[in-house]
Amino acid sequence: MIEYLKRFRIGPDGKATFAVVQAEDELAAIGMVIGAGWAGARAMTTTSGPGISLMSEFAGLAYYAEIPAVVWDIQRVGPSTGLPTRTSQGDILSAAFLSHGDTKHIMLFPASPRECFEMAIDAFNLAEQFQTLVFVMSDLDLGMNNWMSEPFAYPEQPIARGKVLGKEDLTRRGSFARYKDVDGDGIPYRTLPGTDHPAAAYFTRGSGHNAQAQYSERPEDYEGNMERLQRKFERARSAVPSPSIDRQPNASIGLIGFGTSHWAVQEARDQLRSEYGLETDYLRIRAFPLNHEIADFVRAHERVYVIEQNRDAQMLSLLRIELDGELVPKLRSVARLDGLPVDARSVTDEIVALEGK
Amino acid sequence: MATTPTAPKSNRLGLSVLDYRGGKTTLCAGCGHNAISERIIDALFEMGVQPERVAKLSGIGCSSKSPAYFLSRAHAFNAVHGRMPSVATGAVLANRGLMALAVSGDGDTASIGVGQFIHLMRRNLPIIYIIEDNGVYGLTKGQFSATADVGSKLKTGVVNELPPIDTCELAISLGATFVGRSFSGDKRQLHAMLKAAIAHRGTVMLDVVSPCVTFNDHEGSTKSYKYMKDHDEPLQEINFIPAFEDIAIEYDPGSTVEVTMHDGSRLRLRKLEEDYDPTDKVRAITRLNEAKEKGEMLTGVLYVNTQAPTFLDMLNITDEPLAGLPASLVRPDRSVLEEVMKELQ
Repeated sequence: MIEYLKRFRIGPDGKATFAVVQAEDELAAIGMVIGAGWAGARAMTTTSGPGISLMSEFAGLAYYAEIPAVVWDIQRVGPSTGLPTRTSQGDILSAAFLSHGDTKHIMLFPASPRECFEMAIDAFNLAEQFQTLVFVMSDLDLGMNNWMSEPFAYPEQPIARGKVLGKEDLTRRGSFARYKDVDGDGIPYRTLPGTDHPAAAYFTRGSGHNAQAQYSERPEDYEGNMERLQRKFERARSAVPSPSIDRQPNASIGLIGFGTSHWAVQEARDQLRSEYGLETDYLRIRAFPLNHEIADFVRAHERVYVIEQNRDAQMLSLLRIELDGELVPKLRSVARLDGLPVDARSVTDEIVALEGK
Repeated sequence: MATTPTAPKSNRLGLSVLDYRGGKTTLCAGCGHNAISERIIDALFEMGVQPERVAKLSGIGCSSKSPAYFLSRAHAFNAVHGRMPSVATGAVLANRGLMALAVSGDGDTASIGVGQFIHLMRRNLPIIYIIEDNGVYGLTKGQFSATADVGSKLKTGVVNELPPIDTCELAISLGATFVGRSFSGDKRQLHAMLKAAIAHRGTVMLDVVSPCVTFNDHEGSTKSYKYMKDHDEPLQEINFIPAFEDIAIEYDPGSTVEVTMHDGSRLRLRKLEEDYDPTDKVRAITRLNEAKEKGEMLTGVLYVNTQAPTFLDMLNITDEPLAGLPASLVRPDRSVLEEVMKELQ
């Protein structure tokens, strides 16, 4: 990536229009991207599970102080150092709620190199539109192995920088309160340091704050802020990439996959159809918070198998948290944890066994 | 409020000192940190720094609260404990037009934050990093911090036996290019040092001893007002002549070192110690260690290097703030993507 930057991101003055820093550790890496995001630049860092753990404290600050930044998690096998050269989808729950207190984050789940390219764009747009951290949940299989890919499509959409007030906006509006829900969507306006207006400044802090970003321990300020953050998160539900869905006539069971498990699920569907006459519908989750279409999909099926690469059925757990209680008994887990990319035969065999075929 | 009777009512930007003030302090009456905030206000005012151009950065602790008490017209970032340096690094890289003014404490810097502090010093990022150093954790009942001297005694009678971390020695040896030590009670010295800091290009690290009146200002403390007054060993008498003040005053090169800052300002150090050369790194570290042996509190400009490349130079970052670059510069043309795709075929 640095090579591409050196080739394509040198400005007319011959200088870099980017900065790449080899941080001393993940604590510093996340701090730097948060500092840069706060100051108005698009910034990202990339890591795997142990680094995600180290970033936990800052993740809460970014959520609560509402600072955009992007983190790529190239998931590998944990816990701890685990199998550092093997692939996994084991950080779903830890990334979703990374940090202490009531914290949650937007996550994207790419399944291919092409989708990594597209979701990199989505991630930055979402981070700035929602003023929050966005985790892109890749994995070692996708991040480090060679893949075949269709050529990437050039982005047609303009870059979405979110609600940022400049000097003229401040003059026109006359006032500015950093955490005030002006538009009723839970997303406040921000200003960037260096904005040449006496009303631009505010105090960014991880401690309790009111709409004016002043220190506050008043219960109504705290609750109001946390409820607004929840409204913002609800808003993200329909703004994140929607799931890709393939429905077949006569299918009674549904499959849910995400990320690189997708490829095994695709093949397993063929095996189930050709070998067992079992027709399936398939929904591939592409983001958290979970889109409403996911609940509709579960509702429409008697049984839904959630295929993932971890022991504890982490995506199924997320579904359990987010779906209506009556839908939860429909969920079945097909979880693999051998450190290898999920293979179709294992998925097929397990579904067949669970279906009693 | 204003330090000298000659201070103008408005500065070169036409702003009054009131434009540099902050909220009312919530620190203890007599806290050294409040005096430092006052010196910061005066220095920024006199140097004519546009308040909106400053980014105030801090970590956690009494000291880190203080950015709320000066320069309300500047954005501030109260980061997590000990990790402000990384946030400051990101912010400066994103917008090199900002003047980063960082305030930390001895706990925030020398214990939980020592890793990030060390790496910040290595990078020579343009930043003013002030440690308000009182040797104790004032927000959590006054336990010793890692800068407490051996033999220093808490009110409870507990004596510190662990050797202190000398943040100035670390900063000099690791690559900071303007390193000084001062005392919150030395108005004149701190004021001049802060003005020079504003003119410097690169990492400024100032360790300012700032007594904690609640937990560390008693007999037996080595960071009390009385101890500092008795043991303060200033290296120089500091005069700072800003670039915008065209004043020609003769000086004796035998007794005074003149350092020309990056912006053309002049830092004049009238030597109180004959052979001290603040551009000599090795000598600076040796002298700090000698002072430690003798129980002196060495203050003044310990080290200055106006020539070293900053982190921005090393990264060859464009002159315009990265945060404000137009889409035409940050999104390469369609043909670029096609070219890359072709290469990967």
